[in-house]
Amino acid sequence: MADSDIALHPPELKHHFDDAPQQLEASTLGMWAFLATEVLFFGGMFCAYTIYRHAYHDAFESTSRFMNVTIGGINTGVLICSSLTMALAVRAAQLGQKKALIWLLIATLTLGGVFLALKADEYHEKYVEHHIPGPGFQYEEPRFAQQAQILFFLYFAMTGLHAAHMIVGAGLLITLIVMASRNRFSSRWYTPVDMIGLYWHFVDIVWIFLFPLLYLIGHTK
Amino acid sequence: MSHPVVPIKVYVGIFLALITLTVTTVLVSKLELGEFNFVVAIIIAVIKATLVILFFMHVKQASTLTKLFVVAGFFWMAILFTFTLSDYFSRTWLPQVRWW
Repeated sequence: MADSDIALHPPELKHHFDDAPQQLEASTLGMWAFLATEVLFFGGMFCAYTIYRHAYHDAFESTSRFMNVTIGGINTGVLICSSLTMALAVRAAQLGQKKALIWLLIATLTLGGVFLALKADEYHEKYVEHHIPGPGFQYEEPRFAQQAQILFFLYFAMTGLHAAHMIVGAGLLITLIVMASRNRFSSRWYTPVDMIGLYWHFVDIVWIFLFPLLYLIGHTK
Repeated sequence: MSHPVVPIKVYVGIFLALITLTVTTVLVSKLELGEFNFVVAIIIAVIKATLVILFFMHVKQASTLTKLFVVAGFFWMAILFTFTLSDYFSRTWLPQVRWW
């Protein structure tokens, strides 16, 4: 093989891939392998939740009236909106629409910020009500105090881990906005937009399960 | 690139379905259905997650190998749940001291 044959590939295609679809397939597969580990990461917490909900059924239901369903519901809507803008951002990247891509990424980032701000307000509410597990924990129904504390611990662990993923996602979105404004993407290569889109949608899916489990259980009582 | 471009109305349709399901799950939670409240909430969450995975995450158009990876993640989680819960839920079946 002559040296000139080796360099004959477009700049966005790494030389160890045969073609662009193969390169994209490798990235997508790697991203889903990572997301599978994330499914198990959150899965362990959902499993712990299931065990304690089964063991302390009545105590868990009694906590639901202290959950802010309005903020939780609004935040669910905010995250679904951000998933739509993210999906549209990937579409804009596919079509090479730079302006639309940047604005849709900014919209996604803003909605993520709204989610985190509402979450912070909710955490503050829990602080004021002494619902943060630890020495200062107080519960309105003393017979459930110990068991309710476990629920609030799970609430903070699960929503906190989710919020940490949102913060990482916000950092990734900022990176994408900078890269897009520096013309790093084209309709032939936009893999980071696609992959971070997958991550963002995954974080949305976690919330889709957290919302009914933490906010809506025993809501009627 | 290998992904075909999806029309905007598909994304908007999925978005509207997700919002409708969210409103439904909040409304259903206000009804008194006993343990079915939990079952309905989980079914609606699974439908929403499936819509996001298939359409927003483009798994519907993905290769068979990618689909296998997606299913594998959730299959492993099912193993995690099955083994852990079969232990915890069956501990009281035997005439022994309760450990938890």
